[in-house]
Amino acid sequence: MSGFTVIRPGMLTTVQDAGRFGFQHLGVPAAGPMDWWSHEAANRLAGNDFSAAALEITLIGPELELTGSAIAAVVGANFELAVSGRPLPLNEAFLVEAGERLAFGTRRLGARAYLAFAGGIGVPDVMGSRATHVKGALGGLQGRALRRGDTVPLGGAGEATLRPRATGIAVPHLPLAAPATLRAIEGPEPCQPSFWESTFTVSPHSDRMGYRLEGATLNAPGDHLSSAVAMGTVQITPSGTCVLLMADRATSGGYGRAATVITADLPVAGQLAPGDALRFRRVSLADARDAEAAMRARLPEAAA
Amino acid sequence: MDAPRVLPLGDAAAVVSFGDEFSEAVNDRVMALAGSLRERPLPMAVRDVVPAIASLAVHVDPRRVRVEALIEALAARAGEIARGQAPSEGVRGAAFHEIPVRYGGDEGPDLGDVAAFAGLDAAGVVARHAERVYRVYMLGFLPGFAYLGQVDPSIAAPRRSSPRLDVPMGSVGIAGRQTGVYPQVSPGGWQIIGRTSLSMFDAASGRSLLQPGDRVRFVAERR
Repeated sequence: MSGFTVIRPGMLTTVQDAGRFGFQHLGVPAAGPMDWWSHEAANRLAGNDFSAAALEITLIGPELELTGSAIAAVVGANFELAVSGRPLPLNEAFLVEAGERLAFGTRRLGARAYLAFAGGIGVPDVMGSRATHVKGALGGLQGRALRRGDTVPLGGAGEATLRPRATGIAVPHLPLAAPATLRAIEGPEPCQPSFWESTFTVSPHSDRMGYRLEGATLNAPGDHLSSAVAMGTVQITPSGTCVLLMADRATSGGYGRAATVITADLPVAGQLAPGDALRFRRVSLADARDAEAAMRARLPEAAA
Repeated sequence: MDAPRVLPLGDAAAVVSFGDEFSEAVNDRVMALAGSLRERPLPMAVRDVVPAIASLAVHVDPRRVRVEALIEALAARAGEIARGQAPSEGVRGAAFHEIPVRYGGDEGPDLGDVAAFAGLDAAGVVARHAERVYRVYMLGFLPGFAYLGQVDPSIAAPRRSSPRLDVPMGSVGIAGRQTGVYPQVSPGGWQIIGRTSLSMFDAASGRSLLQPGDRVRFVAERR
């Protein structure tokens, strides 16, 4: 069976599929990719269904040695990429032969890249998903990020449809603007208007669960009884700090929910790194739908 | 009864809010809606139905569902239930569980603090904690973490001022009128008064011992 051995793990390399749905009522977090667009694009280029398991690579990329030949694609943050010393293109499918080493080098843009292999990553299904939730030690490879020496099987996502493309695609949300603008739906607990006028910075205390935002502090809209949150929900803590909840968020929380970032701009949020600036812009549900359709239209053609 | 408010939670979820009251009557309405959505699912691509203490959220696949349609469908269903047109068994199938607990000692390091808060001795706190039948108001925070209520007001000590980094698996805690069991080791700020050996959640199967609406009693184990 084809697979790869981890030579260098990178900073935080995890297996992610589209997410773990259907168990949030039991407190099971959804996890999944921080940037759904790049995850789905990498899968499509590799010939997979959008929901296949791929690797999410964070800030510092890995080096992997293939045990069998595989078709792969990398989309998202812009890294130098090479196979056994030969430079490789981003944003299009390529072939790696058995024994070759796929190495991520310098990162030029963005925070997270997705490496999809044709056929997906063959880790066990946990509650219907292969997504890794590191804090909950769920899914992925033994519920954790990849480590040096791990051997990871490919396959399990069904037959991939190989559609080599001559030209790459463009990642529509990179490079990020400074500050990046995240469009959001207000509420359910709206806060003071200055929220929409403030510029925030992603704090170093940020991870896949959420980003703590530095800059403005706001009047907390008041705690309420614990209620559901979503990816992109901005909570305001009692001290007035905003927290942008991301892929590994818990299912619920007791802080006021000032707004939730729209689906179309979650990929922008997913490409933010500590130190990056952002602001929020209030939009309507109709705007959100148009923006999502426009993002989706930029995806490469789906397999099959 | 006030009609519930249905509001978007971004463009891929909506929340039905039944107010801000921590009560069985309000949670009954949440569970009735949850039960109805289980029996008669909305005809759209729903990913998760998440009941909470006084609200219920539905997450959908934004590729296939407009949140406006979800909000309309939820308002209609909640209205049918309020008018009695959609009889729901509510906490249908609610199970009753007894959870054996070893109170105090190293496994319940905050029992003394709760006793001081209550002006009782440790045995008095245990007796009050173990005498009630609690309802599972919701699950959240961690896989299999059930928010149980309501704790006798005399022992309803607030959260610790500094949370612990590693609350052991099986720890039984109190936070105000809520009590619960940590299903896995985790950071946490609840007052830890004991520990159970029962497994609360099995990740391999996704089975949770406690389900929304279930009833629970704690039983003091002889040490």
